Amino acid sequence: MRYSGLRVIREALNGQKGWKPAWRNPEPKPNYDIIVIGGGGHGLATAHYLATKYGEKSIAVVEKGWIGSGNAGRNTTIVRGDYTLPPNTRFYDHSVGLWEKMERELNFNVMHSQRGLLFVHHNDSERDDHYRKTNIMRMQGTDGEILGPEQVRKMYPSMNFDGRFPITGAYLHRRGGTARHDAVVWGYARSADRRGVDILQNCEVMGFRIEQGKVLGIETTRGFIGARKVGVSVAGNTSRVMDMAGIRTPIESHVLQAFVSEGLKPIIPGQVNYGAGHFYISQSDKGGLVMGGDLDQYNSCAQRGNLPVFESVIEAAVTLFPMLSRARLLRAWGGLQDMSMDGHAVIDETPIKGLYLNGGWCYGGFKATPAAGECFAHLLSTEQPHELAKPYRLDRFRTGYLLDEKGQGPNPNRQ
Amino acid sequence: MIINHPLLGPRDRQEFTYLGDACLIDRPDWQAGNAMDQFYEYVYLRDDPAGEHRELWYHEHGDRSWLVVTRNTVTHEITNVELASDVARKQGRSK
Repeated sequence: MRYSGLRVIREALNGQKGWKPAWRNPEPKPNYDIIVIGGGGHGLATAHYLATKYGEKSIAVVEKGWIGSGNAGRNTTIVRGDYTLPPNTRFYDHSVGLWEKMERELNFNVMHSQRGLLFVHHNDSERDDHYRKTNIMRMQGTDGEILGPEQVRKMYPSMNFDGRFPITGAYLHRRGGTARHDAVVWGYARSADRRGVDILQNCEVMGFRIEQGKVLGIETTRGFIGARKVGVSVAGNTSRVMDMAGIRTPIESHVLQAFVSEGLKPIIPGQVNYGAGHFYISQSDKGGLVMGGDLDQYNSCAQRGNLPVFESVIEAAVTLFPMLSRARLLRAWGGLQDMSMDGHAVIDETPIKGLYLNGGWCYGGFKATPAAGECFAHLLSTEQPHELAKPYRLDRFRTGYLLDEKGQGPNPNRQ
Repeated sequence: MIINHPLLGPRDRQEFTYLGDACLIDRPDWQAGNAMDQFYEYVYLRDDPAGEHRELWYHEHGDRSWLVVTRNTVTHEITNVELASDVARKQGRSK
């Protein structure tokens, strides 16, 4: 069923009786050509591109819970392409381009809104760093501009400009914005399902069947499923799923919290990042203020965070927007981040033939969803790395070709 | 989270900073024949269990001792705390 304005009107007149489920709930077949483990944004985008762009016919996505129940449903929905290392700038610029045409491609409203990302600065060195970043990005053809304090004041009159850390200007990334995270999952699931991809929910992977260094399939809670190729795309569970295949990954799991307030009238038009602490905020179309900050900074598989981070996020929120002191928080949640040792991702083959990995996205996986799906589909189908994903090798930690955007070194909790 | 310091008793987690897997105590021998491989594994490959995890914490806002804390990464329950120097000595190191 194609979604359109006309369809909405027709269904309204018919008492909404014509809507059908957007994807099937099939039984697993004994064999597939390609199995993608992980029914989040990345896994479903991979299935979508495998079916549409690479013409694969026999694909399954296995998911231990319901689709979008992991990080795809536990993030702050930010889409941006403001990276400085050339491989990252190319990759994320391409990704933002795919976001811009995602709704037409999927025939699904993902509520992608390029409302602009603002990074405020408070002193000369932060300003210089923003100039440096902006210049690097502009030289590589992506967007970024520096605003003076008056321009910022016009955009966000409710910010505290003259507090303990006066705001002296900002860097603005206009193509950045937000999207409805669940809709991205549903859009890709619907598109993949319409092209025959089996989405197997409540199907947890318990192990791999590997013989003579080649993967033959996966053991799941719904029985053995055979496959010629298996792609692992499981975000915060990457290291444990790869452990089942006997592969140690340069990845640790950490928890990142997010908070949302009660629904309020529109007060924050774009997405704002604080410079004097780690804090970011945007307002969802439903009116809730979505906020986040630092990782909890120690290994965690708990999918919930602790109070010190909560405290620092709320302190920063009230420092930047004093009016928020009267707002009430509605919910808090934590997502498991597959933090890699250089803060960047892996899209690569593994030492086991037929087993491929898309992981290590740290806390930046959401914005990469379409491009990571496309690159991973390319790798799974052609067995060659996509041009954009060539630097995202698993062995770069051994060879020394790291992608350490922040220069943090091998400290995943500080990336 | 409260860490029961072996010398100072129960202290709040915010007095500490976290380093990572306790295997970081065992720095490889740089003169070994396969030192490159050993250092690759030492620096980049660590255990990442959903369950009990031995890890290094530094009492930065306290007595500045290094601790080996055994903590469950799912429940955050801490079952054992030792001084890292004691752990190293038990392994035959001199300091």
